[in-house]
Amino acid sequence: MKIVISAAGKTSENLLDMRFGRCEYFQIHDTESGEVQILENKGQNSSGGAGIVASNQLIEEKVDVIITGNLGPNAFELIEKAEIKAYKCRSIAISLVLEKYNKGELVEIKMSGPANHAANQ
Amino acid sequence: MNIAVLSGKGGTGKTTVSLNLALALKWNYIDCDVEEPNGFLFLKPIIDKTEEVMVEYPLIDKNKCTSCGACVSSCQFNAFAKVNKEIILFEKLCHGCGACEIACKYDAINYKKRETGKIENGKIRDINCSRGILNIGEPMAVPVIRQLLKNLSSNSNLIDCPPGTSCNVVNALKYAQAAILVTEPSEFGLHDLKMAVELVKMYDIPFGIVVNKDDDKDNIVKKYCGKEEIKILGTIAYNKDTAIQYSKGKILYDDLHHKTIFDKISKEVRLWN
Repeated sequence: MKIVISAAGKTSENLLDMRFGRCEYFQIHDTESGEVQILENKGQNSSGGAGIVASNQLIEEKVDVIITGNLGPNAFELIEKAEIKAYKCRSIAISLVLEKYNKGELVEIKMSGPANHAANQ
Repeated sequence: MNIAVLSGKGGTGKTTVSLNLALALKWNYIDCDVEEPNGFLFLKPIIDKTEEVMVEYPLIDKNKCTSCGACVSSCQFNAFAKVNKEIILFEKLCHGCGACEIACKYDAINYKKRETGKIENGKIRDINCSRGILNIGEPMAVPVIRQLLKNLSSNSNLIDCPPGTSCNVVNALKYAQAAILVTEPSEFGLHDLKMAVELVKMYDIPFGIVVNKDDDKDNIVKKYCGKEEIKILGTIAYNKDTAIQYSKGKILYDDLHHKTIFDKISKEVRLWN
């Protein structure tokens, strides 16, 4: 199973980034192989629709679970359609995030957070 | 001639300066702050014409669409997404550029129009007043601003801009031949003023500064203007009476004391014309 966490850095010591669409990295932890893959979030620098870009990227990576702070309305719609489970977590070290997830302590995101548009033309 | 009134920081008095100067100069008043146009609360013009602002967006013909995803990668504004075998459209992010229509090999995309705002035109005290209104929930103000400004009369217009230095202000400034920057002597006021000055300088048009909520001292804004050799067109003193009149929706220009202030600024402005 592939678990992706929005992260402020590349290691398990780094903190979870509460922002989904604008986080710097996605850390993909493969529970079967134990491998960790680091991706730069393609949505980070987009002028608008960051959540959509980030969702597109993760759907292509075929992840099963997303752990982040909040999902905006557009990202939530896509993640829900793609049948990817999303869980909410505070900004703590990635190693602790995984520990909490394994213990079943994280709450599933069942509705979107506020939109944070910066749509420009 | 069109003069843009901008500020950088919000709430420094753009609308107050714009509409009172419009009355002093007998120029048209154009409210471009389409996300929250408030000039008409004071001017209360009689609206005689309303028009819709329409923008284009793509419509996918499900019978022709093969879910190839060419539209998703062609869109610079991330208005499309592909989930499993389905193409999802976020129409509010669409800028109507037409790239997806070209990219689609199956002729499955056609453009349709939808309303995102409106323009109101009216009159009061012998001046023409116009404003743009962006519909609630719409993220893009530029199409409304563009439609409002491209149809301006050839007379002289005062353009009340949105706050900040975003695309919304950039688009409003395109139509201006001079600019008035309204600020207040606070750290935030100065910080955002500097950004606004940087923006206006790119247009190579004459500009000056109005200091609102002025403390009558050699404050940080005045020091900055002195150093940068930017003309101060006038000052509006920080006092309770101004705030009371504003809070009641009264027009400051109707009050003799305030009239003098705006008449003085208008004399400076006329020198540009």
